[in-house]
Amino acid sequence: VFGAGGGTSSYREAEDADLLVLWGSNAREAHPIFFHHVLKGIRRGARMYAVDPRRTTSAQWADAWLGIHVGSDISLANAIGREIIESGLVNEEFVRRATTGFDAYAASVQPYTLQRAERDTGVPGELIRALAHEYARADRAQICWTLGITEHHNAADNVFSLINLALLTGHVGRYGSGLVPLRGQNNVQGGGDMGAIPNKLTGFQDIETDLAARAAFEAVYGVPLPAKRGWHLSQMFDAMEAGELTACYVIGENPLRSEADTGRAARLLAGLEHLVVQDMFLTDTAEVADVVLPATATWCEAEGTVTSSERRVQRVRKALEPPDGARDDIEIICEIARRLGTDWGHPSAQDVWNELRALSPMHAGMSYQRLEELGGIQWPCPDEQHPGELFLHARLWEEDPARRGPAAPFTPVEQDPPLDELSPEFPVRLTTGRRLDSFNTGVQSGAYTTPIRRPETLNLSPEDAAALRMAEGEIVRVSSRRGSVQAPVHIDDTLRAGLAFMTLHFPEQVATNVLTLDAWDPKSGTAEFKATAIRVDKLGLPAPDAASLSAKAGA
Amino acid sequence: VDLRFGAAVPATEQERAAVAGVLGPAGTGWEGGRRAEADGHAALGGHAARARRHLLLPVLHAVQERIGWISPGALDHIGARLTIPPAEAYGVASFYALFRTSPSPSTVVHVCDDLACRVSGAEATCEQMERRFGAEGGGAGHNGAGLTWQRSPCLGQCERGSAAMVQQAGADPVRLVLAPVDVDQIRPALSPAQQASPASPASPVVPQTAGDRSALRLLRRVGWVDPDSLDSYRAAGGYDMLRRAVAAGPQSVIRELKDAKLLGRGGAAFPISVKWEAVATNPVKPHYVVCNADESEPGTFKDRVLMESDPYALLEALTIMGYACGAEQGYIYIRGEYPLAEARLRHAVAVASARGFLGGDVMGAGFAFNVDIRRGAGAYIAGEETALINSIEGRRAEPRNKPPFPAQSGLFGKPTAINNVETLLCVLEILRIGGPAFAGIGTADSTGTRLFCLSGCVERPGLYEHEFGVTLREVIDAAGGVRDGRPVRAVLLGGAAGVFVGPDALDTPLTFEGVRAIGATLGSGVVLVLDDTVDVTGFLRRIARFFRDESCGQCVPCRVGTVRQEELLGRLVRGTPLGSAERELALLDDISAVARDASICGLGQTAVSAISSAVSLGLISGNDAGGNDAGGNDAGGNGAGGNGRNPI
Repeated sequence: VFGAGGGTSSYREAEDADLLVLWGSNAREAHPIFFHHVLKGIRRGARMYAVDPRRTTSAQWADAWLGIHVGSDISLANAIGREIIESGLVNEEFVRRATTGFDAYAASVQPYTLQRAERDTGVPGELIRALAHEYARADRAQICWTLGITEHHNAADNVFSLINLALLTGHVGRYGSGLVPLRGQNNVQGGGDMGAIPNKLTGFQDIETDLAARAAFEAVYGVPLPAKRGWHLSQMFDAMEAGELTACYVIGENPLRSEADTGRAARLLAGLEHLVVQDMFLTDTAEVADVVLPATATWCEAEGTVTSSERRVQRVRKALEPPDGARDDIEIICEIARRLGTDWGHPSAQDVWNELRALSPMHAGMSYQRLEELGGIQWPCPDEQHPGELFLHARLWEEDPARRGPAAPFTPVEQDPPLDELSPEFPVRLTTGRRLDSFNTGVQSGAYTTPIRRPETLNLSPEDAAALRMAEGEIVRVSSRRGSVQAPVHIDDTLRAGLAFMTLHFPEQVATNVLTLDAWDPKSGTAEFKATAIRVDKLGLPAPDAASLSAKAGA
Repeated sequence: VDLRFGAAVPATEQERAAVAGVLGPAGTGWEGGRRAEADGHAALGGHAARARRHLLLPVLHAVQERIGWISPGALDHIGARLTIPPAEAYGVASFYALFRTSPSPSTVVHVCDDLACRVSGAEATCEQMERRFGAEGGGAGHNGAGLTWQRSPCLGQCERGSAAMVQQAGADPVRLVLAPVDVDQIRPALSPAQQASPASPASPVVPQTAGDRSALRLLRRVGWVDPDSLDSYRAAGGYDMLRRAVAAGPQSVIRELKDAKLLGRGGAAFPISVKWEAVATNPVKPHYVVCNADESEPGTFKDRVLMESDPYALLEALTIMGYACGAEQGYIYIRGEYPLAEARLRHAVAVASARGFLGGDVMGAGFAFNVDIRRGAGAYIAGEETALINSIEGRRAEPRNKPPFPAQSGLFGKPTAINNVETLLCVLEILRIGGPAFAGIGTADSTGTRLFCLSGCVERPGLYEHEFGVTLREVIDAAGGVRDGRPVRAVLLGGAAGVFVGPDALDTPLTFEGVRAIGATLGSGVVLVLDDTVDVTGFLRRIARFFRDESCGQCVPCRVGTVRQEELLGRLVRGTPLGSAERELALLDDISAVARDASICGLGQTAVSAISSAVSLGLISGNDAGGNDAGGNDAGGNGAGGNGRNPI
């Protein structure tokens, strides 16, 4: 958000907000900790809108649910922007002072009337209007989003469309107002902060444009750094396809299962000349690796830090000795460096952290001692007197232009429907997501039992199930343009006709990502997991198979 | 919300209709209506839907009355309509004794076998019921008659026991109290017409009114005004006090209460002016006022008599309370066992609304006040003020931790004043004669008059009003003394949560300070006299069972303590103490101390007091001659206890 690479707001601001817009986020199941803060806000009277194709358990808490068609987010956002402008609800002082490009934006949203948005999204225009007015009029309003926004071929545009709304209304840079992308793992934020982004050095310093920062890193590292950005994940797979990428070092990731179009991912990973996987589990990707480096569990067997979605850096302490053979990530990396001819010695986690602080201004003030004393610090924290920032971009409200800094630009964006188009052959829209009881590909959650976990199912609306004459639990074939899987049907009344839902939690049972499209967003590199065109067929199983299936069901 | 619907059988049309009778027709598919295409793209809910949560009890009552039980399908449907997880709706439904969550015959007879009715032959009634309708809790198969019966805690008919209440589901549901009960009158499929005939005229209930009424203040109109006639009430001076209150202003009303030194009559004896002032001056809006008419203390029936006989007086007093506290909405929470009082109050509210004594502009005086009547569903604990607030909100009637007190955060989290019926009627009297004059009645620390519920072995059971300072002996004598001139063995003061006193306490002045001096309490005004013929052991076991049944189970000292007390009493009665009787008494003291110190509410804090006082009075020493006697009676008592419903 505005080049800051993190959500603007703290969790506790959700408790004090007047309006929360959950957009493409089933936080109740996917971010239950954050949702506790949302619930506190609701108990204090905050109103909530949920924008989601499904009426999720989060949406069931909402004052209003806008059940949009998959991939119609920009049409909705632009119509909201247009309605705000037309109704004279723009925060003109903020727009004048802190933004650029308003006129172009206003012109770009002109075609997005409520009627058009109603046509694109399926949501009644009056409800869109209500959201526009309520968002613009609220004293403190936040838009919170997750993968429903970002797992699209035009992910970045989706995000821009939401940022535009915050700029239009001044819902940013103030306590309780903000733009809040929710992170799916405890340290996704930290990964980005540390530079695990193709074009950023640690602390979001641009590798191509920030020459001073690059020089500083080169001085400390004692080597020249590449002057060009690297590949993101989707590009890496394209590079594998093209034969440009022949060796891969995978740390803590299970791309063979988590990438869209699993068949292709498996083929490309298997075709590498050399694959190294460093993980605490023997994942499916590790199974096909040339070398597997057993790592420690970073939350209990290693020292270090994690960073939460609210930019809070916290200490992690070692509580257990790792099992035999598992080694700390730092130790492994230093050992590889040594074997490659560079001796970095045996730095502790704190040594590494202090080197990072010297190079990343936003982490400079976060000594281990202060992290401990303050119970974590929210970046930026430029020096050891700085308390950290509860929320970002307060500068945009400064009267003094010098302190206000660069203005935030409006970014006009256009509605662009999902690439995997519905057709008579593939008439049903499949969207994917998470469940409360499982996590991603199940590597981390599969080992735990829970009474509420169900195996993978193809969730169908009651209408579709009736039309296709499919019963609860019946095994059916689900096909997309890329492949097909078999899955049992679950009739789910949170879905409307034409919309289906699956998770990716049980790849061994149902490899959902065989179906998904790996078309990715050129600006962010995320793939369009959220919109697949599918067909659902009854299985014309030969009799013996059917018998054994029913025997299984009976057992 | 996590609306997980699990019912195999969806709600029937009848169940849906019963729910719609309270909530209106179901809207979208999300709200339990028919699923339409538009539902796929929009849903409203959230605060607006959750704000109707308080209608959960009325909805459950509607289904119970129509069907006779509340099925999982009905709970699912109710959950969808109110956005309550069905598990939570089940938690509420199963909390209250008058709701049934398993299939049931359409007619259920609740036979009171509680304290006063025990003295009036409740066991004999139960035996008759068993002979006619089979064992308690059975009955489904009785000639296909669709009737079952069960023992019930006090039905508040103590002056004319033994009593029973008939609950009959159907298109024309019946709730009928029979007191005294004639088992031959009971049959399945009663007609609603029988319900219409009121139980009995008021005069025998208030024997005093047969004589000189001039000394009466709270009971003045009982038996003299027509409870269904606003004009009759007005002819007796009704609504003059509201006019006076409006003329004087809210602060003056509260000042009069302060001058009157009025203490609450519900049991806790808290100064009313302090409560009202705290609410009136609280800047948080809106304010609520609540009348606690969930009179469930065994042996208590005073509020029932007032509501049945003088309903407009309660409405007038509550309106004054709303005016003084700055509330525009009042609630009367009345126990589900008082159908007649509820019917009369509902009628009074309708008439008062139609005649401008309630509504947007009360009496043209420029303030708004409305009253909602909420029916309890069989839970003694709901009489605790914060439990009652939870119950109005549609929750299990579990008490809240205090602070915050209701004056800070009560109903719907807003400042709330809550008083019982008798206290509110005192307010009318204070405005009539002025605070200082009221303070001149009674003693310095106990001002005004007090209602006493006389039951048990007295010549003329009923409701009596006396000035504070009257002695226990005088109160009993006014009721004609002990039946058949027998000696007093013990008197239970204040109900099951009160204490037993012996004959040596008969000259105690019945004031707050007077009874406190002998370690007793006035509680809710119960004076239950036991002579030497009463089965004291069975009586005590009923008290122990009562608390075990009625503990809401929320906090450990009470949930476990009440069970331990019942077990301990059983051992003492059987003459098989753990160690010695002394050791058992020390254990009882321990239970008592822990419950007193650590229970969330008064139920736990007082659950041990009656048994403990009975032990100190020697009412259950297992070894003496009385012990033999008790042992003999115990066989019967034990059988009764064994057949009793066991909700744990």
